[in-house]
Amino acid sequence: MNQEDDALVLGDHAYTSRLLLGTGKFASADVMARAVVASGAQIVTVALRRFDRDRPDDALLTPLLAMEGVTLMPNTSGARNAEEAIQAARIARELCGSRLVKVEIHPNPRHLMPDPIETYQAARILAADGWLVMPYIPPDPVLAKRLEEVGCASVMPLGAAIGSGQGLASAELLKIIVREACIPVIVDAGLRAPSQAAAALEMGCDAVLVNTAVADAGDPPAMAAAFAQAVKAGRSARQAGLMPVGQEAQASSPLTTFLQGGGRV
Amino acid sequence: MRVLLNGEPYETAARFISELIAEQVPTVRVAAVVNDRVVPAAEQAVTLLAEGDRVELLTFAGGG
Repeated sequence: MNQEDDALVLGDHAYTSRLLLGTGKFASADVMARAVVASGAQIVTVALRRFDRDRPDDALLTPLLAMEGVTLMPNTSGARNAEEAIQAARIARELCGSRLVKVEIHPNPRHLMPDPIETYQAARILAADGWLVMPYIPPDPVLAKRLEEVGCASVMPLGAAIGSGQGLASAELLKIIVREACIPVIVDAGLRAPSQAAAALEMGCDAVLVNTAVADAGDPPAMAAAFAQAVKAGRSARQAGLMPVGQEAQASSPLTTFLQGGGRV
Repeated sequence: MRVLLNGEPYETAARFISELIAEQVPTVRVAAVVNDRVVPAAEQAVTLLAEGDRVELLTFAGGG
């Protein structure tokens, strides 16, 4: 299939890139901007915080807004419950006008696991209100289906804990989510290496969202480019159809007997 | 008057929320929340501040 026709569809929006990039933890706004360009990402996440005239990284938005074809997806990080997440979404809309929102509610700073109950409540209300809701969730197939039923644009189950770099620890559950879902499944959090992003796409996930894997890399723009290639390779492999796993060896060369009886050289 | 700005006591001559924002000399767009109500940009110039208001000014930062 032509890559142009193979869009990631979120509500009434279609994207050619299947790599979403977070903007946290970068050493500077300049490195972040170069990583976004190198990633080819069309959706980048941003967080909300109190305005502080003495903090120089307020300039983060300026390079992002100047980039053509980049949509901001505000997250609700910092919200401890559904009410705060909904408020965060409304504030973010004032700032960027985006209907995309990453609902992210993780009340425990130690493990940062998403609260499934508050996330569901917030997603239900925001989806009914016309938002393209992208909930960050534990890898729970039942929750994913319930979020689909209330009108979420996608589900974003974690591969592993945020920032942990443990990869696709949740692989077996992700496969069930993918099998059951009728909306895009985007692996969000935990990835470390491009090969893990490729593996996510190979198993049928529709996209991945990475941040720390790029921001904490030795050369963030180069790593962003590597992830972009991996995501494309994984998607192509999925569409090409992977061979089945066998129990025993299957020869790929003819096992003829032409070497037998030839005598010694 | 005295308001609570981003959690801190703050003395201001501003009458409207837009004037309070201007006092901060923001180089980026900021959103305003007054007493938990998001004040749309179009209303900031006509929304009066009152003594003791809790004002939050927010912007975007890097995040995943």
